[in-house]
Amino acid sequence: MADLQSQDYIRRSATTLTPPSARSHEDQVAKLIDVTRCIGCKACQAACMEWNDLRSPVGEFTGSYDNPHDLDPHTWTLMRFTEHETDDGNLEWLIRKDGCMHCEDPGCLKACPAPGAIVQYANGIVDFISAHCIGCGYCVAGCPFNIPRISKVDHKSYKCTLCSDRVEVGLEPACVKACPTGAIMFGSKADMTDWAGDRIDDLKSRGYQNAGLYDPPGVSGTHVMYVLHHADKPSLYAGLPDDPKISPAVTFWKGLIKPVALAGVALAAVSGFLHWVIAGPNEVQPEDEAEAEHLLAAERSKKDGDNRYNADKPA
Amino acid sequence: MTRPKGTLIRNSTGTRLNHWLTAACFVLLVLSGLSMFHPLLFWMSALFGGGQWTRAIHPWIGLVLAVSYAAMIVQFLRDNLWSKDDIAWARTIDKVLANEEEGVPEVARFNAGQKMVFWSMTLLIPVLLVTGIFVWDYYFESLTSIETQRYALLIHSLAAIAAIIIWITHVYAAIWVRGSMRAMTQGYVTPGWAWRHHRKWFRSLAATGSAGPRPGKAADETHK
Repeated sequence: MADLQSQDYIRRSATTLTPPSARSHEDQVAKLIDVTRCIGCKACQAACMEWNDLRSPVGEFTGSYDNPHDLDPHTWTLMRFTEHETDDGNLEWLIRKDGCMHCEDPGCLKACPAPGAIVQYANGIVDFISAHCIGCGYCVAGCPFNIPRISKVDHKSYKCTLCSDRVEVGLEPACVKACPTGAIMFGSKADMTDWAGDRIDDLKSRGYQNAGLYDPPGVSGTHVMYVLHHADKPSLYAGLPDDPKISPAVTFWKGLIKPVALAGVALAAVSGFLHWVIAGPNEVQPEDEAEAEHLLAAERSKKDGDNRYNADKPA
Repeated sequence: MTRPKGTLIRNSTGTRLNHWLTAACFVLLVLSGLSMFHPLLFWMSALFGGGQWTRAIHPWIGLVLAVSYAAMIVQFLRDNLWSKDDIAWARTIDKVLANEEEGVPEVARFNAGQKMVFWSMTLLIPVLLVTGIFVWDYYFESLTSIETQRYALLIHSLAAIAAIIIWITHVYAAIWVRGSMRAMTQGYVTPGWAWRHHRKWFRSLAATGSAGPRPGKAADETHK
């Protein structure tokens, strides 16, 4: 996405100062994906391609409804189909619309080394500002949901923008607009949570005892939430993480070691300077040269003696 | 390189060229690597033509360094093998640091500090190479799992910081011990320098009539 809104940042990648944030009086938004109402029509996928002008290369059929097989730089949302057999022998077709979850605590943004390449707006949307992206792939390591994809062509990272350009002017995301069953809703996070609550009560009354809302606390919640029939086992849904959180390796790498490492490097340099001031340079003294000459002379005379001895010998 | 009469060869021309190739790569890797490590240092990516160029060129420079350092291992390994004398020398590090010569054991071509630099880099550079390849997104994104790449990024950073601190020590030691810099630029040292800092090495050269860098070689050069 282009950098259209630039005064309502609550987070900006690789930035040590407070980003422009005056225009922050915004509702937190959320997209609610009710997996229990999804019919797998892929209208959301088509709408995403249409609004964002994305066309993934035509792939091959390998026996799966997933098409394309995976997210890619031109596929920002993807229906993932899972055939699940329940304990009582029934077959359930679990269809999850995969894409960026817009974490409240985004791992991609934490990992990103390029200032301003990833931002989070006051409404909670996490957006990639491609002009600043350096294509390193750190966002891939940072993301607990395996979402960003780096283009081999332009070396930029891509993912769902939550249609930040549409949301900014008061429209709902394209996928929401296209969904024929109302399985994708969009609004304030509070409203979506309330709505999900009603829906979950309904599901429970109809026998889905484990129905629930997927708004994982490990990433401080997400701005894309799911209603799941089996909220106790999110991984049933094509590997949706049960308890996503930013990897401790990423947290450590992007946390404590940054200041400690710079301090260590500075300390090494300062120690050298202090040693120079206190002890000073170690210089060769005239005595050293004299001692060295003395030894060399001794070795030479010894060798000359040997040579004379050898010369006396008959050949 | 014209070498003044009576001086000793500390490093051969090939060794010096390779050393400076490694050094140039190392400096470029530090600048580009740190710019991607800490936001306060991102401005250094401008030296490489921006963030995209920095990201693209860093691993290639790393490959050149890996090759040149491998050659350096071949050039320096024999004189960096650890011995008991090194422990005795390391015990007198306080005297060494205070520029005191009394009571410091004689050292051969390299002292324990120099060997520490050699072995640290010999350990760290392969670690940096392997972890670097794991996180080289363009070619090797699918070589390892994302979880492996997370730890590779962490280890790569830690190893790089350790290497930078060792490198600072190495550079400072070359400034501190006068005559060392010339030993790596023009390649020669005076007999007095060798007597003062590497007496065992000096004795072995004198005994075989060698001008260095190793005893018994180029014996006829001494009297040039």
